[in-house]
Amino acid sequence: MGAAALLLGGCAQDPETDPKAGPSAGGKGQTTLTVGVFGAFGLQEAGLYDEYMAQNPGIRIEQTSIERNENYYPQLLTHLGTGSGLADIQAVEVNNIAEITATQADKLVDLGKVSGVDKAAYLPWKWAQGTAPAAKGGATVGLGTDIGPQGICYRKDLFEAAGLPSDREAVGALWAGDWGKYLETGKAYKAKAGDGKAFVDSASGVMAAVTGSSAQRFYDEQGKVVYKTNPAVRGAFDLAASFATEGLSAKLQQFTPGWDQGFANGAFATVSCPAWMLGYIQDKAGPAGKDKWDVAQAPKPSNWGGSFLVVPKAGKNAEAAAKLAAWLTAPEQQAKLFEKRGSFPSASAAYKLPAVSGAKHEYFGGAPIGEIFSKAAQGVPVTVVGPKDLVIAQNLADIGMLQVDQKGRSPQEGWEAAVKAIDNALDQ
Amino acid sequence: MTDETAVLSPSAAAPERAAAEGGGRGRPGQVWRSRRYRWDLRWSPYAFVAPFFLFFAAFGLFPLLYTGWAALHQVELTDPDSMTWVGLRNFTRLWDDEFFWNALRNTVTIGLLSTVPQLAIALGVAHLLNYRLRGSAFFRVAVLTPYATSVAAATLVFVLLFGRDYGMINWVLSAVGFGAVDWQNGTFASQLAVSTIVIWRWTGYNALIYLAAMQAVPGELYESAALDGASRWQQFLHVTVPSLRPTILFTCVVSTIGATQLFGEPLLFNGGAGATGGSDHQFQTLGLYLYEQGWVNLHLGRASAIAWAMFLILLLIAGAARLLRGRGNSR
Repeated sequence: MGAAALLLGGCAQDPETDPKAGPSAGGKGQTTLTVGVFGAFGLQEAGLYDEYMAQNPGIRIEQTSIERNENYYPQLLTHLGTGSGLADIQAVEVNNIAEITATQADKLVDLGKVSGVDKAAYLPWKWAQGTAPAAKGGATVGLGTDIGPQGICYRKDLFEAAGLPSDREAVGALWAGDWGKYLETGKAYKAKAGDGKAFVDSASGVMAAVTGSSAQRFYDEQGKVVYKTNPAVRGAFDLAASFATEGLSAKLQQFTPGWDQGFANGAFATVSCPAWMLGYIQDKAGPAGKDKWDVAQAPKPSNWGGSFLVVPKAGKNAEAAAKLAAWLTAPEQQAKLFEKRGSFPSASAAYKLPAVSGAKHEYFGGAPIGEIFSKAAQGVPVTVVGPKDLVIAQNLADIGMLQVDQKGRSPQEGWEAAVKAIDNALDQ
Repeated sequence: MTDETAVLSPSAAAPERAAAEGGGRGRPGQVWRSRRYRWDLRWSPYAFVAPFFLFFAAFGLFPLLYTGWAALHQVELTDPDSMTWVGLRNFTRLWDDEFFWNALRNTVTIGLLSTVPQLAIALGVAHLLNYRLRGSAFFRVAVLTPYATSVAAATLVFVLLFGRDYGMINWVLSAVGFGAVDWQNGTFASQLAVSTIVIWRWTGYNALIYLAAMQAVPGELYESAALDGASRWQQFLHVTVPSLRPTILFTCVVSTIGATQLFGEPLLFNGGAGATGGSDHQFQTLGLYLYEQGWVNLHLGRASAIAWAMFLILLLIAGAARLLRGRGNSR
């Protein structure tokens, strides 16, 4: 689900091909670099390729995009396996990065050694995620592009109607420090707003947000699968399930047409929103939702989603590609990506730049999103990521939590169904 | 069928060969020419059909055998080159795999829910199209348009129609006094919804096949039936349907294969969630389970075993159909 989330995040524009790419471009002495991404990644849309090509006349950049990461990622794996069909630079989603560093590091360029790449400019946990385990050589094969620090997006008008404060400071204070208070606020909201108006969009959205705020989730530091016994995961599951059992959820499934319609119809009052989701909400809620939505600080700093760039060794222009990857992920470019597309920088050095620190979101009542998400990003714990994070997260959400939320099963039944599906999936 | 292929076999060329040899006693050039003629006659047909078999070997047979080979190994998509031999374990574990049986059950029920009404409606539509009617070409093309629509586009529209909160079908149901149905979550409801998409897409295609077969039915049969006082309905029942039996059998076989491989509709019916086929796997078909094992969980060996199991199931069905047909013919 995180994968689907990421690619849908901020894809206000269609991933159209570069109008400049064509027979007119090219010529003698030019190097063509290809970039393979999923969804509307934003690098092209933010004009970064054009800028790089203008600075380096010998380089031409072409992008290929596959809409869904579910289709993109298996293809990337098979291409890496055969060493053919690869783009010079490939994007990797955060839920897949551990599998890439653990199983494919020997096929990728060590980007940590490329000149101009500054480890100190990155958030330490993001840098660690793109680095292979010491046993696999310890190379930094993935450079972080964006991350997904979360806030809570809420409807001011619905909060007011339910007698709750609507100012973003006051709203953030309602649940500061504890996800449990978020649930309590939901109960208070329901008591006033009555039936028919839900507090959250879905229980699984809450679960993703809560699990994103704990350092240890599905794997321990030794790489063992521990989600079953980890109280943080079970706690997140049970807390999120309470939103369903208390009748606070609109019982929607995220990134489905019904969810989109929910935004348009104001079917719920809050949704936990990573930075990349703001553009999505603006798209789906449309002009009618302007000045109704706002964004407040989440109960605890939490991360959901984000991506990396890797450079396969098998590429013809690996050296030039590594240089481009380093440039694309440098703090200045990440700041531009945030300004144009809302993808939040993974380079903490970018947070001081005015494009980030002073950023306000027009649609969300002029919310100081640079400030809100920087604060969240710096509080996010160093998360342990594992190779099958995506599979575990997906089954917990789309099997376990969905059964509780939409089919009315008990949290225990939902949990057991998810565990059964995950066991089947992880079993070799 | 074997009698027809015999025409192509070299033995059929025997009379010509004898003639050629008989006339070949003259000059050496003539001998050479006649020998070349003989070879030409004997081998050219193989050269003509060779492209198909070469392509089949590369894109049909090799994947089939490779899949069978992979099914006997533990192999992950992250590293397809390293295979560990596990013998039949991937197959034996399917026996205890409740997700596999669930998918098989769903495939059968969705297959029946979609195939039976689909062929029945197609037969009726073909019968109507077979009447002399104004603008028949238009209707024939119109009937085929759903088939020309992409699965993805059609399914996405149906997902909206079947939406729980804002879908048009629930809106109509509520308007006429029935309650709204949760199409995605109910086991029967979701399977019915998926079947609807299949029916919508394939009915026209089958109708055109039936129509073509109907037009080959000699008009005299209808005339004599009419003379005997048979009504339109009786003509349909006693002339059209029996004449169409081979065609009906053909569409049954093709639809069964299609139903066994059902994939796109249930995949996309699940919105953004991918291959789970609903939170309870309530509409996960075998094709979807195969995809989940291979391309979500990355277990290439297990996915291959499922693929071969599907193939064997189809062979079983084909065998059963043959047995049934054999018994039907001997009657």
